[in-house]
Amino acid sequence: MRWTHWVNFPVLTVMIWSGMLIYWADDEYSITLFGHRFFRFFPDWFYKELHIPHRLSEGMAFHFLFMWFFAINGFIYVLYTIFSGEWRYLLPNRHSFKEAWLVVLHDLHLRKTAPPQGKYNAAQRVAYTAIIIMGIGSVLTGLAIYKPVQFNWLCSLLGGYHLARIWHFALTIGYVLFFVIHIVQVILAGWNNFRSVVSGFEVVLHEDVSEPPIAQADEN
Amino acid sequence: MKTEQQKELTDQQIKRRNFISFTAFGVLGGLAVAGWEWLYKSGPENPGITAGAHKPLRRALNKTELFFRRVFSDNHFVKTYPKSMAAEQVRQNGDLGIEAPLSNNWRLSVEQASGQKLFITFDELKSLPKTEIVYDFKCIEGWDQIQHWGGVKFTDFINHYKLQDQIRKQYVGFETPDGGYYVGIDMPSAVHPQTILAYEVNDKPLPMENGYPLRLIIPVKYGIKSLKRIGSITFSNNRPRDYWAEHGYDYYSGL
Repeated sequence: MRWTHWVNFPVLTVMIWSGMLIYWADDEYSITLFGHRFFRFFPDWFYKELHIPHRLSEGMAFHFLFMWFFAINGFIYVLYTIFSGEWRYLLPNRHSFKEAWLVVLHDLHLRKTAPPQGKYNAAQRVAYTAIIIMGIGSVLTGLAIYKPVQFNWLCSLLGGYHLARIWHFALTIGYVLFFVIHIVQVILAGWNNFRSVVSGFEVVLHEDVSEPPIAQADEN
Repeated sequence: MKTEQQKELTDQQIKRRNFISFTAFGVLGGLAVAGWEWLYKSGPENPGITAGAHKPLRRALNKTELFFRRVFSDNHFVKTYPKSMAAEQVRQNGDLGIEAPLSNNWRLSVEQASGQKLFITFDELKSLPKTEIVYDFKCIEGWDQIQHWGGVKFTDFINHYKLQDQIRKQYVGFETPDGGYYVGIDMPSAVHPQTILAYEVNDKPLPMENGYPLRLIIPVKYGIKSLKRIGSITFSNNRPRDYWAEHGYDYYSGL
């Protein structure tokens, strides 16, 4: 889990960045409701600041190399999760969606108590499963727009080339939102939690402080 | 399934394990950054048939092309639509190779296996069986538009002019009369049944900006390969020169 997580972080960053180099060449997506255009993604200063313009070919070259790493790494993660049994902690169960809501209320300080949880709370189960589905979604929509003739069945299934490209874009916006919340939660969860994602164990102190601390190894 | 284990550890052991983990994390992170720096700052490829891309990335593009050409089938068809869905205003994008006025005695020059050239008139081409296609034209920039084109199917053209020997070669090259724009296409894509030499759009002759009198329409490629105002067609076993491949784009650019 740790390995794929930390491989994914830089790879996804490169994918998003090179995706923006590509998107710049035809940046026509906007949120328009009832004829009113609420906003266009990415203002000009944003592009300039990040040196995005006029790099379509470079963006494609990076995107079509790192896509392999993204897909393979994701595949390894899913296989690992299945074969290690970790999926038991991660997949939402029938209570998770209701409980996830309670967790959200608790985290927003609108509710005093949080529902009991295992290794991951209900909101985490929902979020971490959703992000994997999103990852699979990115690979599938990506394939559909990368080779729409070869994968014409997939492209049609996703509503055609034009729509598949919008899905692909929307999923990326989803990652960015996930990332923001994820970072806030990591900071709130504190150092011990962050350390465990690096080292694979968490330090649990006994009630009686005189006893030696216990390390809980996740073996993942 | 492995269960969570709890171990009693001394402070020192915890410190030690943390130290090892974080050192490894730092070293691997440093390596990743160094690898990225190397890739990002890697020099451009030596200019040739392809140019303008980072050297390692060009290698990756070419390898990826080989991989996909090996696993993919040449018999997949591009999705077609009813005529009513075709755009009335066909999008025009770029005028490389067609800025100069068209000469009055335009002929299509085609290289035969003997090395001699055929010069074909517009009327001759129009007397061949017509093929029409309505499909979603995809630009490498990202936009797409459903368009209706009509012309001579490339394989019909080959058969009519007895160029069967020529299509045993690996590539076809198309160039504008002034040589200002040029594309190279792998033979399996060129002889795909949906590739046409188009002289009509929406049942009317091509407007100048869309490549009058004759242009290539190759739905299995991005629009950059659908060259306007064809001047000459050549065949070879090596990659013919290709305008956008010289500017950092993938040579294959297949869909």
